[in-house]
Amino acid sequence: MALSDYTVQNEVDTRSGFGAGILALGRENSNVVALCADLVGSLKLDEFIKEFPDRFVQCGISEANMIGVAAGLTIGGKIPFATSFANFVTGRVYDQVRQSVAYSGKNVKIAASHAGLTLGEDGATHQILEDIGLMQMLPGMVVINPCDFNQTKAATIAAGRYEGPVYLRFGRPKWPNFTSADKPFEIGKAIVMNEGKDVSIFATGHLVWKAIQAAKLLEAEGISVELINIHTIKPLDSETVIRSVSKTRCAIVCEEHNYIGGLGSTVATLLGRECPTPLELVAVNDSFGESGTPDQLLAKYKLDTPDVVAAAKKVIARKK
Amino acid sequence: MASVEELKRICSQVRRDIVRMVHAPASGHPGGSLGCTEYFVSLYFEIMKTNTAFTMDGIGEDLFFLSNGHISPVWYSTLAHRGFFDVKELATFRKLNTRLQGHPTTHEHLPGIRVASGSLGQGMSVALGAAISKKLNKDNSLVYTLHGDGELQEGQIWEALLFAAHHKIDNIISTCDYNGQQIDGPTDKVMSLGDLDAKIRAFGWDVLHIAYGNNVEQVIAGLNEAKGRTGKGKPVFIIMKTVMGAGVDFMAGTHKWHGNAPNDTQLAQALGQLEETLGDY
Repeated sequence: MALSDYTVQNEVDTRSGFGAGILALGRENSNVVALCADLVGSLKLDEFIKEFPDRFVQCGISEANMIGVAAGLTIGGKIPFATSFANFVTGRVYDQVRQSVAYSGKNVKIAASHAGLTLGEDGATHQILEDIGLMQMLPGMVVINPCDFNQTKAATIAAGRYEGPVYLRFGRPKWPNFTSADKPFEIGKAIVMNEGKDVSIFATGHLVWKAIQAAKLLEAEGISVELINIHTIKPLDSETVIRSVSKTRCAIVCEEHNYIGGLGSTVATLLGRECPTPLELVAVNDSFGESGTPDQLLAKYKLDTPDVVAAAKKVIARKK
Repeated sequence: MASVEELKRICSQVRRDIVRMVHAPASGHPGGSLGCTEYFVSLYFEIMKTNTAFTMDGIGEDLFFLSNGHISPVWYSTLAHRGFFDVKELATFRKLNTRLQGHPTTHEHLPGIRVASGSLGQGMSVALGAAISKKLNKDNSLVYTLHGDGELQEGQIWEALLFAAHHKIDNIISTCDYNGQQIDGPTDKVMSLGDLDAKIRAFGWDVLHIAYGNNVEQVIAGLNEAKGRTGKGKPVFIIMKTVMGAGVDFMAGTHKWHGNAPNDTQLAQALGQLEETLGDY
């Protein structure tokens, strides 16, 4: 694939990809159960509930209880998806996820919408930028942050087929849908979207699209970019990351998350241990968000296309 | 089915195990364990339909969830004597590389344990999930939980109470060990539960009482009465009065033995009050 192959098919929110994914999964496996804490519309569960009313558990605004109920549902073979906003199914219920799900090794899928700054106008109370860190610190927890509608749908189906706890993170806004609908999703396997030799760009979630835009600008300036979509943050595809930086000798990481605890921290740890490499992070600089449109917020917090371009140039300069 | 006399003999041995288990690592929670001995022995030797060939899913079996995981000694001893694992393993309690962790866990694959507990307030939610799973599987066996009275101060418990009644989850029997004590002192002084019966009833549960939970006959009668009230559209709650530390005179009725282990002299004194009925591990 080349950068020019990634074109916008339509603009649709990644949470709708989750809605489509869990519906397909529900048809595939009668053990799939959805839970929600009074956010059915936001999580795009309407079709699932319409088709499988007995396999939906409304939990009301009680996320702690919802996580416990999900853990209990696995006893008897159910595959529960506990859903809410990312803030409320991670930070608010960290201890419940830790003890009843992760430490207990339960086959619970935590499906989290409205992650990151692009939640927009609701502001910082709802814009969690720490959830990847919280979830990936839990032993045994798989952490996935898909980049568009098609990938979120595929990731949801893959999460349901996988045995073990999964944190699946997606977002609220309409967003370019650019990956192929029939692209197989393999948990833990990064996708090389463009091969290059001057700089590696590792991107996850919404920022993959920003990274594509940036890579096109960089290539127009004669800079060869290796662009890699890291949809699975844990387990990290270390082999693909190391192979890429062995070639490019510098890297940037792009994510809609605090730079502490996210994909950037994880890549930095890997590179520090295995092959020290100049690294720049396009991420939120240890702050909370605020109200605004998604575009305004990405620009203000330096997660936009020009910020990716600038970070790439900065890291290329550092390797010389 | 064991006779009441046999159950009492098992209780005596479980109590010996409890004090010996916490004495060896000089760590653990004897008070609540001693207070709930009759409940555990009645549940596992008389009330529940269980299979010692343990499977996590427990299809067709009654399930038990210990929400106040710190009283693990009484659970471990009961499970061992019931045949879930060798009683000799009780000697490893709280020691490095043990399956008998300080608080129960599935992580070490100890038969009988279906979720980790210790951080309080989570067990009822998990049990409700398992109860829904049973309904979806058309499995008409029951789900039991135990909670400390102090534990009811956790907000998640009240979320779970609300949820269970709303969804008419009527295949669960939750019991509160109402001993009136918690680590910092009498529950009424730390954070009073007020009229617990009225509160649980107001949340939509069917409530019954076991007046003295350290009497085997009363515990069995209460649990059987509770079983008879399942399947009627309401979850069932038992308020079971017990004496923390029951069975060992100097431990009884005080919060001071909530989480303290006896020394050598105290152990000898306690064992002198508890007949060795089934043989020490």
